[in-house]
Amino acid sequence: MPLKAENISKTFIRNGKNTNSFYAVEETDLLLENGTVTAVVGRSGSGKTTLLNMLSGLLTPTSGKVFYDGEDVYSFDDDVRSKLRNKSVGVIPQGQTGLKSLTVYENVLLPAEMYGSVSEEIKERADELLKAVGIGSLKDEYPNELSGGELRRMAIARALVNKPSFVLADEPTGDLDDENTLAVLKLLRSVADQGAAVLIVTHEKDTLTFADKVYKMDAGKLSEVKKEE
Amino acid sequence: MKFIFALARKNLIKKPYRTLAMILLAALAAFTVFAGSIVVLSLNNGLKSYGERLGADVMVVPSEARTSGSFDDILLQGITGNYYITEAQLNRALSGVEGIEKVSTQFYLASVTASCCSSKLQIIGFDPETDFTVQPWIRERYSESLGDGDIIVGADITLNSSMTLQFYNVKCKIVARLDKTGTGLDTAVYTTIETIRQMAENAVILEHLTEGYDVSTSVSAAMIKVADGFDAQSVAGKINGRKGVKATTAQSYVSGVASGLNNVAGAIGAMVAVVWLLAAALIVVSFVMVCNERMKEFAVLRAMGASSSMNAKLLLTEIFAVTAIGAVTGVIFSAIVTFPLTSLIKSALSLPYLLPSFWAIALTVLGAIAATLVAGAVSALFAVARLNRSDAGLMLREDA
Repeated sequence: MPLKAENISKTFIRNGKNTNSFYAVEETDLLLENGTVTAVVGRSGSGKTTLLNMLSGLLTPTSGKVFYDGEDVYSFDDDVRSKLRNKSVGVIPQGQTGLKSLTVYENVLLPAEMYGSVSEEIKERADELLKAVGIGSLKDEYPNELSGGELRRMAIARALVNKPSFVLADEPTGDLDDENTLAVLKLLRSVADQGAAVLIVTHEKDTLTFADKVYKMDAGKLSEVKKEE
Repeated sequence: MKFIFALARKNLIKKPYRTLAMILLAALAAFTVFAGSIVVLSLNNGLKSYGERLGADVMVVPSEARTSGSFDDILLQGITGNYYITEAQLNRALSGVEGIEKVSTQFYLASVTASCCSSKLQIIGFDPETDFTVQPWIRERYSESLGDGDIIVGADITLNSSMTLQFYNVKCKIVARLDKTGTGLDTAVYTTIETIRQMAENAVILEHLTEGYDVSTSVSAAMIKVADGFDAQSVAGKINGRKGVKATTAQSYVSGVASGLNNVAGAIGAMVAVVWLLAAALIVVSFVMVCNERMKEFAVLRAMGASSSMNAKLLLTEIFAVTAIGAVTGVIFSAIVTFPLTSLIKSALSLPYLLPSFWAIALTVLGAIAATLVAGAVSALFAVARLNRSDAGLMLREDA
């Protein structure tokens, strides 16, 4: 069951001398199908992250709807929508997002703990994910002891621990070297191959080789790009 | 909630300095509220007890009492004093004054050191036949008549196993100890006028009391009950027109003390309010600053599936835990400082000072904790409002 966006747009009010509004994302449709990796490329400030936040249920669109498995996400109240995000969506935010009071392992288990107890299966999965992203030996460290790249990989493992149907990754390879970039992209590809719909928002061309569909975001306008381009 | 408690606990433990600073702020607020409240309550309690113990409408003392160990020194501070007037002089001063319903004389004698106490005691002798000021509250503890050599001691006098004390070679039997009054009467000894005169005679022989006093015919003060329809102030005024005596109304004592007490209580109350407000403002500002600093952390939790209400509960749990720990710590430290320093506070304030009852103290403990939690709750409201205004999507941007 896919993640579908219908006519979603986002307008922000700019509070300056002359108050006006601007489109961060113009009205657009998007379909993230299970088993596929979709990449959205574009310059900084083009609206990629805003699009991802609307798809993740974190940012209410100015217009349009977002459906998870046919359910209108924004028709639910925040509690239900948050629980749905926890269960169905793995969000990999930009930048360093480790919770400093928790170890790497506790950070990774956090989404699973939020609405229930952590099973042995989840713990094993957390261990496997940490090994898969190459930081298995750092599970008992705290985020301030990790490099930027290691923190990114921790965030990726954390986003995948609940086996989400949709993975929304914002610059997931931003701080990584070539070797780790490849490892992370392979991991996201394998997650898609196991049935998840994966969206990668990036400006790195390496990602495109792992994507089934590529979109370009330019000044809030989303357009599909033929892979040969 | 289990998840929220566990995460809040880890957040607090992992940031020990931040947590400690918050706890100290809350503790300061609780410390001030508790200590200030206890002092104000003790002053009020002391005044109430003081008024109740006076018993008489008008007190008459020799003129010299105003300069040597005056009446209010004895009543308030426990400063000992010896001053006397002959019964004949006193009777002359009171004769013909209209409005006197009852008169009872008292005899005061300062002890030399006694085994019970580190300092001198004031011994107060009263006439059981005419007394209407001491016996009514002595009866709360001792209902029988005082015999020769029997004494009743104030609450601050230590009892020994033999239950006896010796003053000027007169061995006395302690038959009761009075409840605490918070005044100088707590270090006084009460006995009959016959017993105290035996002591005074020995004191003259032992040269502790100036020769020249005929102790068998002297008294230190007269307690007067004014008849219905007469004004104590005017009775005192008439007595003051006579030679050798000075009359004061109980009302003027109580109102003088009450006025001093109101000033002190007002100043303490204002100080408590200012410190509480400052601490509350600091708590609010600190929590809002901490909340601002942690916006991205809360946004990350949102991205992982935490609802706004879950984030708010996490923040509230942390604030409640910190203010509750701070409040309890503050009250404990406040009690450790305030209670042992009772006598120091009493002597510094020079006012009747009587600790409130256990239940009043327990209520004050709850009140101080509640006042601190209110400061925490106000800061929580601001912090949660700040949190709810923030946009998780925007906070997650790398440059946010």
